[in-house]
Amino acid sequence: MTIEGQGAVPGLTARIFAGHAGPIAVVVLAIVVIWYAGAVYMNAPRQMDVFKRANADWGAVDLIEGTWAQDRPILPAPHQILAELKKTIIDQKVTSKRSLVFHTWVTLSSTLLGFATGAVLGIVLAVGIVHVGTLEKSLMPWIISSQTIPILAIAPMVVVVLGAIGLKGLVPKALISTYLCFFPVTIGMVKGLRSPDPLQMDLMSTYSASPWQTFWKLRWPASLPFLFTSLKVAVAISLVGAIVGELPTGAQGGLGARLLAGSYYGQTIQIWSALFTAAALAAAMVVLVGVVERVVVRAMGGRP
Amino acid sequence: MIAVRNPWMMASAILALAALLFPLSAGESALSWSDIPALSVSVLIFAAMSVWLARGALRGLPLGLLLLGAVGLGGGMSLYVLYQAGAGGEAQLGFWLFIFALWTAVWCGLDAISSFRSLNTWAQRLADLLVPLMFGCWLLFLWEVLTVGFGVPQVLLPSPSMIAVRIAGSLDILAADFHQTFIKAVISGYVMGCGSGFAVAILVDRVPFLKRGLLPLGNLVSALPIVGMAPIMVMWFGFDWQSKAAVVVIMTFFPMLVNTVSGLSAAGVLERDLMRSYGARYWQTLFMLRLPAAMPFIFNALKINSTLAMIGAIVAEFFGTPIVGMGFRISTEVGRMNVDMVWAEIAMAALAGSAFYGAMALCERAVTFWHPSYRQRR
Amino acid sequence: MTPSPVQSGPAGSDGDSVVRAHGLTLSFQTADGPVHALSDIDLEIGRGEFVSLIGPSGCGKTTLLRAIADLEQPTGGNLSVNGVPAHEARLARGYGYVFQAPALYPWRTIERNVTLPLEIMGMAAGARREKARDYLELVNLSGFEKKFPWQLSGGMQQRASIARALCFDPDLLLMDEPFGALDEIVRDHLNEQLLQLWAKTQKTVVFVTHSIPEAVFLSTKIVVMSPRPGRIIDVIEADFPRERSLDIRETPEFLEVAHRVREGLRAGHSYDD
Repeated sequence: MTIEGQGAVPGLTARIFAGHAGPIAVVVLAIVVIWYAGAVYMNAPRQMDVFKRANADWGAVDLIEGTWAQDRPILPAPHQILAELKKTIIDQKVTSKRSLVFHTWVTLSSTLLGFATGAVLGIVLAVGIVHVGTLEKSLMPWIISSQTIPILAIAPMVVVVLGAIGLKGLVPKALISTYLCFFPVTIGMVKGLRSPDPLQMDLMSTYSASPWQTFWKLRWPASLPFLFTSLKVAVAISLVGAIVGELPTGAQGGLGARLLAGSYYGQTIQIWSALFTAAALAAAMVVLVGVVERVVVRAMGGRP
Repeated sequence: MIAVRNPWMMASAILALAALLFPLSAGESALSWSDIPALSVSVLIFAAMSVWLARGALRGLPLGLLLLGAVGLGGGMSLYVLYQAGAGGEAQLGFWLFIFALWTAVWCGLDAISSFRSLNTWAQRLADLLVPLMFGCWLLFLWEVLTVGFGVPQVLLPSPSMIAVRIAGSLDILAADFHQTFIKAVISGYVMGCGSGFAVAILVDRVPFLKRGLLPLGNLVSALPIVGMAPIMVMWFGFDWQSKAAVVVIMTFFPMLVNTVSGLSAAGVLERDLMRSYGARYWQTLFMLRLPAAMPFIFNALKINSTLAMIGAIVAEFFGTPIVGMGFRISTEVGRMNVDMVWAEIAMAALAGSAFYGAMALCERAVTFWHPSYRQRR
Repeated sequence: MTPSPVQSGPAGSDGDSVVRAHGLTLSFQTADGPVHALSDIDLEIGRGEFVSLIGPSGCGKTTLLRAIADLEQPTGGNLSVNGVPAHEARLARGYGYVFQAPALYPWRTIERNVTLPLEIMGMAAGARREKARDYLELVNLSGFEKKFPWQLSGGMQQRASIARALCFDPDLLLMDEPFGALDEIVRDHLNEQLLQLWAKTQKTVVFVTHSIPEAVFLSTKIVVMSPRPGRIIDVIEADFPRERSLDIRETPEFLEVAHRVREGLRAGHSYDD
């Protein structure tokens, strides 16, 4: 029980800073400012070199402007990344290999395929584990301990080996994503299917409900919040899987290929713009799962 | 008619008997069961035993142990057929039916052991350990038998025995890679990332404004593909382990930050009021109440980060390294189609990753022994 | 409504009064408008008294106790504890507080839970352990020093928390429904023990409860409160001997006091639906 701010109407600034939006905006602004400063700091030596070689007179303003406009800066300024994003997303034709939309789609399609199969696999495994005791005892420890293994290390091998037997493009990457995202779904789902408390389970027993009825009327609805939480994790990790899966394919397409090509040719702006796109994609997918969650929970009569 | 109490064992018996009707292998050195009489007799004994067990002769632990023993012998025999009798790559239906018979027997045995209940904690723990362990052994055996029996090309999937041979043959390379990637990059990055995440969390916790602004961003960042920062870090910090450590720092920082901050608010209202009623200072409350209460969260981050650190360091090596390191080895050996070396490297990564995680989990047990998930009445 | 700042009470004007509240109000703002948790409370608690605050939920009895403990800021009136403002009394560690739940720290042994306040106050380790032993003996928990809280029953845990509240020897013991979560048999037992403790230590006790028999059995003074706004309806003196057993609950005197308390509660409730 607090009694702060009672009586008086809080001022506008106070209200902005009381919520989340204000502080987030301030922090983001601070990051941008630090970023610009960092760009100056990190790019300055090379810029001074350039000036020296051109025998040009230069002042502080020239230096700062120069560091924010280099071709291959060590740290590109945010506006350079935005310009690159505009150039590769809006100005290019979608089908062009230079369009980030094209690359994003390549990554997104395998992400989604892997996510879908991984989620289904995870749910099926969880249902099996919850209902079959032996499966739980024998499989669950392996599922948990395989979480501790850096699965992503296998990614290049999966891609290359499957490529050797003729499976190329979408499928190997989706396979990696599947592999990565069935873990969180299985773990979350097992927890969720077990979440009904003993009293609720006993209630079903008093109705002598069949396992099938207990599943659909109690376990499944109870597990949905857990499912969505793990789906959010899964969709993010699925994207990581797809991007890493694109690293060894020899850079034909996808955000991972863009990262690799950028790092080969020192195209920092290209790397950063691919990173930004990947980040935006991840955020968008997580938000989308969140929206679906809200709709489903509301349809079930839960509190949104 | 006999009363079948255990359909799994009946299935196992039928499969074993059916196996005897089909040849073991085809090709130049075609084998049939009559070529190895001792084996055929063993299979008959196995089938007879299965029928006996199907009638419910044994139950629980004795059944499980007997079956695991029998499957062990059966497994040994099938390996003999593959390697010594030369059925590798040419295994036929008779062989596979026998493997299926073993499979059902294993399932039944694990089923029997997993329903074992004892008041003796040690016996119970042993039984609980035996099930996943035996299951793992069975999977490994299946992998071996399938790859050798079907003659899967080595580039596609080497058999566990080949990988083991490879590991034994290249211990020095593996050790060098381990040193480069794990000792240098992972450990240093992990310590710096977790340490700074923790320190910033303590700071952020004191400034509610920062907490409201930074926490949602931190949550968002943990959903982002941070591994993608690897090429940039390689550009900034060079090819050696420093750039890998930098990737590890970024990857481990945010989970630690977010978990610690939420852990710091985990202490209960009453417990805080208690501290206030004593007029305790900020640091006293922090060290005596809030940090201990936050420990489960902090260890959660430490465990997540142990895996993330391994991933970060290995993937970062895909973007360029000196000629040593686990990620480097994986990417180059894949290119040369030396898949067994890749698997050896993965096995080591898995071992290192699990050991790292296990060490963290042990520390967690020791520190948060009081948490309901570990509590036992002593 | 503008809150008037809390004035410090007249310091030590009456040596025998441990808690002195005059015109105490406490209200806070909610979405549905202001809530008057305490309204115009006048209360005096003398040294060595056992005072129960009783009333239906929402009558402000816990809020009053928390205000005395300086865990809640009054919005008006005077409040002094041990002759100084409540805030200073808290910083001087002038009272021990026992919550509804034991609130023992699960990572500390019983002994180290009891010594927690002593640690905060900077007492040496050896002296701490001695104190813990004494007070654990006082609440009949000898031999449980090395156990962890979760290895003890609920009643034992609450006894440990009482030892923790007593171990730095405050004059005033504030108890907020300490036995509310326990079953009645354990509760009767602990009530008896508490009375013995009170007789032995001569502390002043302020005890929040919603059980009439508990209040009458324990107290020298029963403060009946009523909600909306939280206020004192009646103050009933109960002059049973300090040494009493559970049997007095059958006596006509006991029943008479209990009846008065019940009447008071009913009067406070009359407009309530």
